Amino acid sequence: MSRYRIPGKGRVDHSAPVSFTFDGKTYGGLRGDTVASALLAHGVHLMGRSFKYHRPRGAVTAGSEEPNALIGTSRGAGQFEPNTRATVQELRAGLVTESQNKWPNLSFDVGAVNDRAYMLFSAGFYYKTFMWPKSFWDKVYEPVIRGAAGLGKSPTEPDPDRYASRYLHTDVLIVGAGPAGIAAALAAAQSGADVTLVDENPEMGGSLLSDPAVQIDGKPAWDWVDAQLARLRAAGVRLMTRTTAIGYYHQNMVGLCQRLTDHLDNPPKGAPRERMWRVRAGQVVLAQGALEKPLVFDGNDRPGVMLAGAAQTYLHKYGVKVGDNPAIVTSHDSAWYAAFDLADNGARVAAIIDTRDVVRPDLLDGARKRGIEALTSHTVTTTRGRLRVKSVRVAPVRGTHVGTGRSIPCDCLLMSGGWTPSLHLFSHTKGSLAWDTTSQTFLPDRKTEECEIAGAGRGLWGYESVLADGAAAGLRALQGLGRAGHDASFTVANDRPGTGVSHTELPTDGNAGKARAFIDFQNDVTAKDIRLAVREGMRSIEHVKRYTTNGMATDQGKMSNINGLMIAADALGKAPPQVGLTTFRPPYTPTSFGAFCGYLRGDTFQLTRKTPIDPWAEANGAVFEPVAQWRRAWYFPKPGEDMHAAVLRECKATRASLGIFDASTLGKIEVAGPDAVEFMNRMYTNPWTKLQPGRCRYGLLLGEDGFIRDDGVIGRLSSDLFHVTTTTGGAARVLTMMEDYLQTEWPELDVWLTSTTEQWATVALNGPNALKMLKPLVEGVDWEDFPHMSCAECTVAGLPARLFRLSFTGEIGFEVNVPARHGLTLWTALMEAGKPYDICPYGTETMHVLRAEKGYIIVGQDTDGTVTPADAGLEWAIGKAKKDFVGKRSLSRPDIVAKGRKQLVGLLTEDGSLLQEGAQIVLDPNQPKPMKMVGHVTSSYQSTMGHPIAMAVIEGGFDKMGETVFVPMPDGVRKARITSTVFYDPSNERLKA
Amino acid sequence: MLLIHCPYCEDTLPELEFTYAGEAHIARPADPSAFSDEEWRDFLFIRTNARGPHYERWRHIGCGRFFNALRDTVSDRFLMTYKAGEARPTLTQEAAE
Ligand SMILES: [Zn+2]
Repeated sequence: MSRYRIPGKGRVDHSAPVSFTFDGKTYGGLRGDTVASALLAHGVHLMGRSFKYHRPRGAVTAGSEEPNALIGTSRGAGQFEPNTRATVQELRAGLVTESQNKWPNLSFDVGAVNDRAYMLFSAGFYYKTFMWPKSFWDKVYEPVIRGAAGLGKSPTEPDPDRYASRYLHTDVLIVGAGPAGIAAALAAAQSGADVTLVDENPEMGGSLLSDPAVQIDGKPAWDWVDAQLARLRAAGVRLMTRTTAIGYYHQNMVGLCQRLTDHLDNPPKGAPRERMWRVRAGQVVLAQGALEKPLVFDGNDRPGVMLAGAAQTYLHKYGVKVGDNPAIVTSHDSAWYAAFDLADNGARVAAIIDTRDVVRPDLLDGARKRGIEALTSHTVTTTRGRLRVKSVRVAPVRGTHVGTGRSIPCDCLLMSGGWTPSLHLFSHTKGSLAWDTTSQTFLPDRKTEECEIAGAGRGLWGYESVLADGAAAGLRALQGLGRAGHDASFTVANDRPGTGVSHTELPTDGNAGKARAFIDFQNDVTAKDIRLAVREGMRSIEHVKRYTTNGMATDQGKMSNINGLMIAADALGKAPPQVGLTTFRPPYTPTSFGAFCGYLRGDTFQLTRKTPIDPWAEANGAVFEPVAQWRRAWYFPKPGEDMHAAVLRECKATRASLGIFDASTLGKIEVAGPDAVEFMNRMYTNPWTKLQPGRCRYGLLLGEDGFIRDDGVIGRLSSDLFHVTTTTGGAARVLTMMEDYLQTEWPELDVWLTSTTEQWATVALNGPNALKMLKPLVEGVDWEDFPHMSCAECTVAGLPARLFRLSFTGEIGFEVNVPARHGLTLWTALMEAGKPYDICPYGTETMHVLRAEKGYIIVGQDTDGTVTPADAGLEWAIGKAKKDFVGKRSLSRPDIVAKGRKQLVGLLTEDGSLLQEGAQIVLDPNQPKPMKMVGHVTSSYQSTMGHPIAMAVIEGGFDKMGETVFVPMPDGVRKARITSTVFYDPSNERLKA
Repeated sequence: MLLIHCPYCEDTLPELEFTYAGEAHIARPADPSAFSDEEWRDFLFIRTNARGPHYERWRHIGCGRFFNALRDTVSDRFLMTYKAGEARPTLTQEAAE
């Protein structure tokens, strides 16, 4: 039996032992324990080291707001998780856990030297200490800070777990299943509405689980909870435990993260670990309760110092006494009940220290009856003890005067600085908050969503009022749906009403300048840091937050924000609402990436589009590359070939005889209708009116700003039908742009646009033997009248086809389009027919090299959204006689006709070496840094001509033909000569068969 | 996630089905060549950047149609949607609330 476990007490199963390890040591716990409750049952308070100062820390809460007790948990390879809150992680057999931020071990930590050097690490230290010299950043500061700091270790292996996601539509979603939430659910369920009640804990009941002596309608609290949950279940209410509402989004969409298997000894194989729910609710009731605030005094972070409410929870839910000899320091009535409960369960309460002058007589009576020393108008000025609190120094306070103090021995110190309504989700909706001067806290004010806030979440205290408020909120939600219901009331015996006051730092009899009074335990921010930030000129709470990092840790300041605000407001001499509150953002608690990804990972991260010819490429050893969402054959290596060898062989085979290429991914749009030619004239730069059916033309598409957006060869199949091709990545964008103009600018045009990208499989044949090989397979083409840039509807290998004669390689070329279902048949037939010509399948890399040798651009590689037709040397593609087309007016904009624009040119290196794509270009390599960059390399390849070739955009490049420029690269500066972009067959002899 | 009403489908559907398409009621001039450089600059680049109700274009990916919307840029809420080509509606009190 663990030393601090009370036999038979709590909601844990005393007949079900569960063992686990913490830092390599095996501990016994009980089914229903968290890691924190099980460790506390063994008297282990020291659970971690803090982030910045490596100070020893213990659990300070019993819930998801825990800032200190962060542990690493491990369930197997890839299943290590850092920063798990020990106060949330349920025990399961064989759980392996470890503490964080310590070296060499938890009780002796070298990094704690930071703690003595704390003056160095005060507010803004990130901005001040590491400013100079700059070169120290990557050599000294960065590695040292990275090594010493950090919240836990990141996992290094892929996460093997599955994560699920679902949608849910519900009439009423209630967040939080404490007394207010349960009462709201009872009210909402009465008219048959679809009601969903969620709670982040393994069990519903909220604070009632920590207050078993309360009686509702004559029943003990726990019996009442059981009975109500049974009623809700019977009424068809969806009850979801271990389910955290992480974010509240527009129009009543709430994200829920449901933890499914982390608590199980043997999770079912393949079961998802977590499930993300996207809930759309008619009405939302927020019944999230309130979070207890720490008091701010020197040494308030020592292991053994804990929130009073947490101690009460450990006692009643887990049957664990957090100490034998607790002292209590409080400014709120609630901690008195915690003291009484501990005393009634055998603890020797050292003292109740209350900062207030006047305390309710019944509380004073309660202390007297139990023989507890009650000190009103007193404060705690410091704590002592290295790895665990051993004593607390208390002193009387009169106004601002602190009297003579004395030391009181204790083995834990339970504190309460009052309670903060949990309004995180409400804040996600941009609901406004109003400062309540009586309770010294923010309360919900103006709502933006169909929601109700109930119970302690809106500042109420005491079970009777909270229950009534929950029921009223549930009823209002029901009425909001247009349904009717009736009021409910509850009678509560042994209620625990309470009030309190708020403080800044507690006054001290010690050296205030040396006080280590923590506000943000997770980010190690002290009261002094906040005051320093204000002294150094921070005025807004958002600046104070960033300067001190207060509230910026993984707990988002659940415990620290109000204390930070009170102190900042005090330092600024303003009222708290004038200083403001920082913004809460989703998620409410840290949420795994897996839960956000759901099914969208690995093979199902995004769809992979495959062409009809893809199976052949795969069977024939293609190496693939992703292009937009497609996977395309990149090159086809033969045994022993690397990429360079394979590509060179493919290039040479195509130039020498015949290459075959799967071009099915090309975007294809059919532009049809009586006004098709007019539409084409308006969209593309080129003139289309005189293009005869059966001919095709290179088309250039600009944005209205005059910059190149897309290009492709366009065939006119009949007077009212154009077969438009686009770049692979641009297909959807071009169709959207066309639709936009057609629908909104020129709705009078009688044109239909249809995406046909996936309807056609496209095979390109290129090489001097392309025509010879293809001819016998084609029926329905008049070869006497089928020159370069022709198109026809015909059959190829017996398949219905659209045949284009065009070239993206500089060789005689064809693109054969057949209905996609025939794509593989066509490919196989062409491979067979090409055998006498040593037909060579090639991939996208060879396609790139061959087009670059001819100076054909790739939109998006050689252009970047700031390149005009003139910049790219494509002015010939502009229909000069056309009055208007998209982008035409912009071609005479002052900036576009100005001198010195970057222009697309060729580059040849002097030493015959390969340039890096993206490398910057300078005119003088010896100029002082930073050098003036005049352009960059856009394309660069090894070529079939025995030397590499490159294209680049260079300021005034067309006027610099033959001049030398310099390309600084990591291994030295290259000298290069500016040339034409056409490196191969400039007179196009090879296109003419 | 917002819910958006497509005036063509006459259905209110999740934001995922829609894309934003810039400010509304900026018609392409019938004869851009008649525009001065300054006028053309304004047509291309100058936008209202409203704080509050903003007329804007959206596209419903499902049906492929472009339509117009009045949306509050502070609350992110859609106040109304209407078909492309319809006149700019005036903001009524009910819609603003
Ligand atoms: Zn629609």
